[in-house]
Amino acid sequence: MIFGWTGRILHIDMTTQKIEVETPDLEAYTRYIGGKGMGGRYLRPMAHLPWDHPDMVVSIFSGPLCGTISPTSGRAHLVSKSPLTGLTGDSSVGGKFATRLKQAGWDGMVIKGRCSHPVGIEIRDSRIEFRDATDLWGMDTGEVHRRLSPGRASLAAVGPAAENGVKYGSMVVDRHFVAGRSGLGTCLANKNIKYLRVDGTGRCTVKTPEKLKRARENILRLTAASPVLMGRFGFTCLGTGAVFDLMDNRRMMPTDNFRRTRFEPASQLNAAGYAKQYAPKKHGCLGCHILCKKIGQQNGRAVTLPEFETMSHFTALIGCMDTDLVIKANEICNRYGMDTISAASTLACRREILGMDYTSKAVLSLLEDIALQRGEGKDLGLGAAAYARKMGRPETAMAVKGMELPAYDPRGAYGMALGYALSTRGGCHLRAYPISHEIFRKPVATDRFSFSGKARIIKIAEDLNTMVDCLTACKFIFFAAGLEEYAQAFEAVTGIETSAQDLLKKGEAIYYNERIINALNGFDASDDDLPARFFTEPGSGGHKIMIPPINREEFLSARKKYYTIRGLDSNGLPLEEKAKALGLVWKKP
Amino acid sequence: MEKTLKKFAGKLIKAKLGSRSGPGRPLMGGLDDKIVWNRKAEETKILEPVFQGLHINSLAFLRPGEPYQSLISFLAEKALKTGRAITPKDCETRTFLHELPVIDELSPDKIIGILKNRKTVIVASNNRDPGDLGPAVIAHGAVSPEQGFVTISSVCFACFIKFFTDYLEALQKGTATDEEHALFDMAAPGLTPGRKKMPGLMKGPFQTEEEVYSAVAEAGLKTVEYGLVDSYFGNVSYLWNHTLYISQTGSSLDELSGCIDPVPLDGSTSAGITASSELSAHMETILKTDCRAILHGHPKFSVILSMDCDPIEKEACRFSDQCHIKCPKNRWVCGIPIVPGEVGTGPLGLCNTLPRALEGSSSAIVYGHGLFTLGRNDFSQAFADLLKVENACKRLYFEKVGRLRNPL
Repeated sequence: MIFGWTGRILHIDMTTQKIEVETPDLEAYTRYIGGKGMGGRYLRPMAHLPWDHPDMVVSIFSGPLCGTISPTSGRAHLVSKSPLTGLTGDSSVGGKFATRLKQAGWDGMVIKGRCSHPVGIEIRDSRIEFRDATDLWGMDTGEVHRRLSPGRASLAAVGPAAENGVKYGSMVVDRHFVAGRSGLGTCLANKNIKYLRVDGTGRCTVKTPEKLKRARENILRLTAASPVLMGRFGFTCLGTGAVFDLMDNRRMMPTDNFRRTRFEPASQLNAAGYAKQYAPKKHGCLGCHILCKKIGQQNGRAVTLPEFETMSHFTALIGCMDTDLVIKANEICNRYGMDTISAASTLACRREILGMDYTSKAVLSLLEDIALQRGEGKDLGLGAAAYARKMGRPETAMAVKGMELPAYDPRGAYGMALGYALSTRGGCHLRAYPISHEIFRKPVATDRFSFSGKARIIKIAEDLNTMVDCLTACKFIFFAAGLEEYAQAFEAVTGIETSAQDLLKKGEAIYYNERIINALNGFDASDDDLPARFFTEPGSGGHKIMIPPINREEFLSARKKYYTIRGLDSNGLPLEEKAKALGLVWKKP
Repeated sequence: MEKTLKKFAGKLIKAKLGSRSGPGRPLMGGLDDKIVWNRKAEETKILEPVFQGLHINSLAFLRPGEPYQSLISFLAEKALKTGRAITPKDCETRTFLHELPVIDELSPDKIIGILKNRKTVIVASNNRDPGDLGPAVIAHGAVSPEQGFVTISSVCFACFIKFFTDYLEALQKGTATDEEHALFDMAAPGLTPGRKKMPGLMKGPFQTEEEVYSAVAEAGLKTVEYGLVDSYFGNVSYLWNHTLYISQTGSSLDELSGCIDPVPLDGSTSAGITASSELSAHMETILKTDCRAILHGHPKFSVILSMDCDPIEKEACRFSDQCHIKCPKNRWVCGIPIVPGEVGTGPLGLCNTLPRALEGSSSAIVYGHGLFTLGRNDFSQAFADLLKVENACKRLYFEKVGRLRNPL
């Protein structure tokens, strides 16, 4: 008997509307674990196909700890090829989707093909049904949720943005949780999938419940000791918006499309202000005690409060100072189903190119134009990099490998600079998440203005966060706990003897697989880079903090070290020998 | 990297855990694309393969000086005999390290075998070998050599606390062995005598923000210099202009410059997200008392006596394995209240127990954790109390041991 996994993977062919059940052996599970690892397993053979090829797969996986008492382990991970970047595309999402999927008896699902008309996929335990969703096509995600009223079941839906081919279309789960980055909602819409409804009545098996209880206690004790998570100003109390003041304080808030790093009105736009204005309640993913999602009240109706990146990018980045605008922009992006970071960043790029400031009304109108692919929205829906190229100003796209940068200016944290440049999915803060030590001082503080030691730190952190996405745990909890505690939970759940270092090793192979997929699609060292602005223009210093441009030579030297440490050649490409050592296959074309 | 390695090797010496010469010299290694060491040493031959076998970027190695050497040696040998790790019950170990595994030889495979799942490993002494250099503590980091420094420092602290706590309990139960008596007799005289003379601290109330920053940094520095806190634990705060200036989480109290967060009491900013994990306890205490200064250290004998409980009562207590969070008794040592509570803000956090205790007393001890003291206008009184309570606890501990060993 397998513990931790259900032992079944659901394969769906949308063209024929047929399903197949795969029952992988334990070796496959222990190698790919779940979530992102499993997704990479199915993406690799399709890596050469365009994102919208009918044979391209979209996978959604839970992890072995999902559905157990292991804290924050109920996330789902989506993997496909990104329409925005052409890279390996993946996104982690909360809510209750993964838990219900597992309770239904599935570790994950792999979807290929394309249906001739819009459908919804309904999963209840072993029963899989395809429902005509033609009447829901064009409907926003909130309305779909209202119409289908899933109750105990989990509902994931795409909105008009994905249907209309916006390159950064998202998938919205249980109304409040968004798989935003990489445009994977657009991949689902391309297959004519409008929604997925999942419910299950099974239980997730645990080999040694007592041991899991001890691991849980250790993890909870560490989170209670974490100011970032459970402190008076931490995520539990204020949501991820708690980071906003810190970015202002550290002079690294991307402002005016990253032309400055200080937004003067920031103190009036912070999380404390939202808390006062919208009286939010705690909300969170199933199985999470941190409860970082904040649902507020506005004119007697519930509103999802924005995450930190949305707060920052819909104010400082685009030069607006209206919290109501942020709430509405967030709501529009979620209803229409598009990534807030990419949307705001593309608007910031437009503002710089056109030299025109925004009114709140103009921002909201443009967001609708993007989602509905009207007028200028058609170009803006391509993302900042393609939009800027089309406008003849490629240097104004603040993106890496086509993915727009989040709300941490890399001139204020050099690990972040390296992490952005090297991320396998483009401009992403979560692959290496160096904010943990460069800003939050965990596990210890590092010098944010130095590249010293950062190459290896980034490599190890990428491997770690890969494993977090395989276990489908929440990255936030790793501000407090570590793989040491999660290896204990993994061992308790699966009964498979393991260690933190064993998990890191598996994470290394899974991440290397992503470098291989990207290399197969023509990405090399020239793509592992930051926009030129960061090497030539200073940020906005003050209060004894200097924000100089990043020294390019030091950056390149750190990147070179990273290539050596990661086992890549000088052009950032995989090496046959290294791939083989990790159990992967790679031949240089 | 070399600079960082030297810095933390130096800090181990400054904390009197290591020495400038001989086998007690700290050895610190860092790896980015190449391995670098703070010094040449034979042990690097054993430790370099450890770098190859683990996803880490730093290793710290120390053969601690006395009394830690003898205490760790004793506990490690005992652990090897029982086949279990050392399990100290102080707050730091419980929260961050969980347990202290022990191996019997300095071999790369054995070190890797433990460090792949733990932050630290103790290599027991080989007492049969006349050339034995004493036990070693090894710790790793994946971010900075500072992790190794913090862990080794915590291990030494935890072993000190464990031995003296266990010894007192063994005396009370009548189970102390000759070996324990001998070790106590050997270690006790070598303990640094408690300092009585107060340092000259800045006088308050402070008038400017600059003064506040300087006073907080000074109080932190003196707390470390007087040995009243180990590694980067402990915290300091001061209320000025409706804002609490508090040391940041994971900051070293002897290096607080640039590591103090101003946290407005009205909650208008969340910049205090990087403040000490005890921010809530500090804020509640400030609101409940008329004091402006709070000092929190981990003086050893205050921590040891906070865990001292009558063995008969303890055996009958239904919370005997949860003393740190559920102790049902009102307890005092040297007139100072002892409260249960874990680090931080959870339902069992010390933020729920400590502020109430400090309403009625200018000092309070958190079980197995440390001592909090208050000052009305500056840190002078808080520091004096920190010192006074620790000296009193130390005196009391030895009196108790004396009485138990030589009953009238």
